[in-house]
Formats: sequence, structure tokens, C-alpha cells
Amino acid sequence: MPALKELEEAFLRSKKDREFQRELNYLQKTYIGRPTPLYFAKRFTEHLGGAKVYLKREDLAHTGAHKINNALAQALLAKKMGKKRVIAETGAGQHGVATATGAAFVGLECEIYMGTEDMQRQALNVFRMRLLGAKVTEVSVGSKTLKDAINEALRDWTTNVHTTHYVLGTVFGPHPFPVMVRDFQSIIGKETRRQILDAEGRLPDYLVACVGGGSNAIGLFYAFLTNHESRLTTPIKMIGVEAGGRGIETGEHAARFAGGSIGVFQGCKTYLLQDEDGNVLGTHSVSAGLDYAAIGPEHPYLKDKGRISYTYATDDEALSAFELLSTTEGIIPALESAHALAEVVKLAPKLPREKIIIVNLSGRGDKDVQHVARIKGIEL
Amino acid sequence: MTSRIEKIFKILRKENKKAFIPYIMAGDPSLEKTRDIVLMFEECGADIVELGVPFTDPIADGPTIQRASERALKAGVTLKKVIVFVNELRQSTQIPIVLMTYYNPVLKYGEENFIKDAKDAGVDGVIVPDLPPDEGEEFISQSRKAGLSTIFLLAPTSTSDRIKKVAKASKGFIYYVTITGVTGSALLLDGSIETVLSEIRKYTDKPVAVGFGVSTPEEASVVAKISDGVIVGSAIVRRLHESPDDLRSYLISLREAINGLV
Repeated sequence: MPALKELEEAFLRSKKDREFQRELNYLQKTYIGRPTPLYFAKRFTEHLGGAKVYLKREDLAHTGAHKINNALAQALLAKKMGKKRVIAETGAGQHGVATATGAAFVGLECEIYMGTEDMQRQALNVFRMRLLGAKVTEVSVGSKTLKDAINEALRDWTTNVHTTHYVLGTVFGPHPFPVMVRDFQSIIGKETRRQILDAEGRLPDYLVACVGGGSNAIGLFYAFLTNHESRLTTPIKMIGVEAGGRGIETGEHAARFAGGSIGVFQGCKTYLLQDEDGNVLGTHSVSAGLDYAAIGPEHPYLKDKGRISYTYATDDEALSAFELLSTTEGIIPALESAHALAEVVKLAPKLPREKIIIVNLSGRGDKDVQHVARIKGIEL
Repeated sequence: MTSRIEKIFKILRKENKKAFIPYIMAGDPSLEKTRDIVLMFEECGADIVELGVPFTDPIADGPTIQRASERALKAGVTLKKVIVFVNELRQSTQIPIVLMTYYNPVLKYGEENFIKDAKDAGVDGVIVPDLPPDEGEEFISQSRKAGLSTIFLLAPTSTSDRIKKVAKASKGFIYYVTITGVTGSALLLDGSIETVLSEIRKYTDKPVAVGFGVSTPEEASVVAKISDGVIVGSAIVRRLHESPDDLRSYLISLREAINGLV
């Protein structure tokens, strides 16, 4: 608890600290490569034959996903707080890579917790983290995936709280994490808003993003959630896409809204996949980054307010969207982002050509290539 | 209303003795086995029994109790079954029983139903390590009304504000966690526990029991001298699986150490 208070104070101070903001701003430009482009996916659009599809290219950010926006900012904050060491959990490995990068950049010791199963799925990212000087620690308890990695990171943080900052990778966990991570990711939506006004002279009709913990979705949506926009005659429709895995009826999925109920987990109250005794259920998704039993608490809040709607895409739908974007645009998306694309594949053809959809292409698919080959039975 | 836990501490204080509070995970490896262990605890001089409720994500626990939790879950043990188990156990023993459960199973059970059923079954107190008193006001006041003791945790990092809050919210005793860390970590006997305990005593005269990391009779003896009770968990769970034949003599040695006989 005192650690959370210390973090909250440091975070609030950093928001008013001009020097910190200037440095962050400079690094966003020169190190992360922001603003990331907003790209009109012409051939993908033509293939679907409906609404115009734009991609917010977070896959072009340094390290290949939106995760760096948060990880670098938290690493700077940790340094400012006088911490010697940062730790993080990772599922797909993107947040682990981003944190290892941030730690290398500011010169802090770094340890990443990762479930055994995820380490196998994302072997490439494990090696990347090690190249960046991080220690990667295997978590072989529980379901051996992201949630267990978070448990282990929380245990580490409780133990080494004096020297260590926990770089939580998504809009989850105890306060101030959901607010802080949203703040660091909201640059995605701020840029997108400007870029679409430049490109089309108007705001989009739809925003679509995949939702694991929910940071890339909140990052894109947040700048569009202002009062002004909720008073528009036709408010922007925002859609979060969860992992439908092998289908909701099979129980092998990570669709918290479709299959979960309210619970308290890892420091927050939110939607959770749990059994009738309050134990957390195992999840399944082809993408490690969405394979998680709970969702950031702001998502249920925004769902209840009717501002965001949620749906899911199955493994198969995501895999076919993964291939479709690769062949029509020459862009290999992360399997996580492919879930958002799968929703666009269903949605765009039903809409007239003047409608505009923006998808958060939250990460690039290099890390998934081996995994996809394995699924297709191809030996590399 | 004076609870069984408060009565025990009153008697111990009068006799200038300290409480021995052993822990066992309910259902590890089976509830029948747990019943035998609880009775063994009592025979070996335990004052209060801490009974763990298995949970899939025990973030406050180290590897030993994590594994115990996994075994108990595999045996199909749930919060409901633990409450029924305590009810049955009450035919054999009246030793005060404190449940250690994470919050989500309680939430799913329903706070009100949980408090009522636990109390009716003969549970004396409850420790919910992931429920800070700030978030548990309703739970605390309901438990108070029902006569179920709520026991909260303090740690070396706790500020004076937190000490006051936890002292006020706790009934029966306060659980002092010796280290920043998880259950079963190594204990550090460098005088720091004493410093924090005397800080806590500035704000409350409620009994303070010390746990997380107490493993040997020597450690138990040192901790007993400066606190009101000693909680031993991981070391017991480990022995139960690694050298079950030594468990009884180990428990007796802890009891003697806490009595100052080492």
C-alpha cells in the first residue's frame, strides 16, 4: 500500500514536472518514433468492399508495439523515483521487450516474469529480452500464462519494494496503474484524432481495438471519449475485441464480457473469468497477449455507460485476418491486433463506402511468425 | 461480546504466555487429513488454528503454500467445503479457528452469506490478505455484528496512519508480517521486528501475532519474547509433506520454544 501511494505521488508530480514531460516528449519523437502513421489501407478496404479502413500503425513504434509508450515512461519514472531495478510481467513478450528496452535505456536492472507456456509460444521475444540485458524468469505455477506472471511480479514487488518499481504493462491492477497506463497510452488517440482530421477533415465513425488487459484500446479510445463527442448526433462507435479462442461454448477463450462476471483480482474489481467458487479459470487464445482472465476495470465502466461495445473474434477468425492483411497490404500484424482486424472483416462490408473505420494495429506480427507456422504444420 | 480468540489472549496474558498459532491449508492433500492435523495441533498445545482456503492465485503466498493450494484445489476443496468442514470439526474440538482466504471467493460467496455461514459453522475469525481495511468497511462492520473477528495485516512498510487503521479494523489480534514479501520467506532477526512492534503498541493494546517466515523453534522463541503470538505456516506445510513422522515432535518443540523452554 505505501508503495502504491509513493507511485501515485510520483506519477502526479511527473505530470506537472515540465522537465519530465519535455524529456518524455522528446523521447517519444526521437526514440519511439512518434507520431506513428495513420495509414489508409486501400487494398484491404477494396478487398472488403465497404467502409474505408485506416490503420493506426503502433506496430511501427520502437520494439514493435504500443507497449513501449507505457514502458519507457514508467522506466523514466522509476529512475526519477530513485529505484534501482524494474520488474514486469509479460504475456506475448511485447511488454517484456518494451520494459527491457526502457530499463536498458535508463540504465536500470530488469527482471521479467513470463509463464512457461508463453515462453514456448514466444521464444523469439524471450531471446530479445535477454539480448537487452534483462533476466527472464519462468513462471511454472497455475496456468503458466500471463496471470501467473502478474502474480509472481506482485510477489517480487512486495518483497523488493524498497529498490524496485513494478512496470505493470496494462490498464490493470491497483490504483494508480489503470490511470497511469491510460495516461501514457492516450497519446495513440490524441495523434489519431489529429491525423484523421488532416486526412479526411472529419472524425471517424468506428474505432476498433483488441482487448487483453485493454491498454491499446483505452489508448486509442480515450481521446475520443470527451463530452463533446458523446453529444455528437451520431457518436463514434467504439468496439473492443476480446479473444474468442476456440469459441465461447467450448469454455476455451478469454472473452470476459461474454463469459465472465464481476470479481476482485490482482488489485482491482472488474470482469473476470471465474468458477462458481470464485477461483480464476484458465483461458485460451492463439495470441498470448489476449490470453488473460480479467480486463482493465475502466472497460466494464465504459461498457456500462454504453460508450464502448465489446465483441470477440475466435482463433480461426484472427488467423485468417492475420493472413489477409499480410497479403493485401504487406503488413504482418500481431495476432493480438489480428483480432481487431477480424472484427473489421465482419464490419466493413456491411457499411457504406463513405464510412470510416480506424483500427489500432497495436503490434507487428514478427513475433508470431513461428507460432503461426507451427499451427499450420509448417516446419521452419 | 468477548470472542473465543480474545478469551485465549486474555488468559495467556494473565499467565504471561504467548500464543502458538499453526497454519494448515484445508484440503492439502485431503480434508480428512486436515482434520487429523488440526486435532494434532490442539494436542501439541496450539492456542488458535489458522486454516488456509485454497485459491487459484494466492499472491501473498510463497511457493510452499502455493503448491499446497494447488493440491487442495485438485482435491476439489472450495470455500463452501471448508465452512462445512469447520462445522463438522466442531464436534471434535472447540479450538479457535481463523480462516485465511483471498477476497474473490468471499465476494463470489456473497459477503453477508459468508459471514453468516462461517460464524454458524464455528469459524472465529478471518484473514483476507488482499482486502485492505479501506476497501472492507462493509465487511468489517457486518463481521463485527455477527461476532466474526476480522484480522488485518501490518508490514514493515506500514505507516503510522496504516497502523491506526489496521488496529481499529482488527478484532481478536493483529497479524504482523515480519518481512516485505510472501509467506515462507527467510526471517530476519535483527531487532527490526521489535522496533515496529513497539511502534504498533503506541497505537493499540490489541494482541499482535507475528508470522511469515518463522520456521525454527529458535526463531519462534525469539519472536514469542517480543510479541503476543507466533504464527507458523510454510514450515509446517513443508514438514507435512517431506517428513510427516516428525511433524508432532516439531510442533511440540515449537510450543516449548514459545513457552520459553528452549
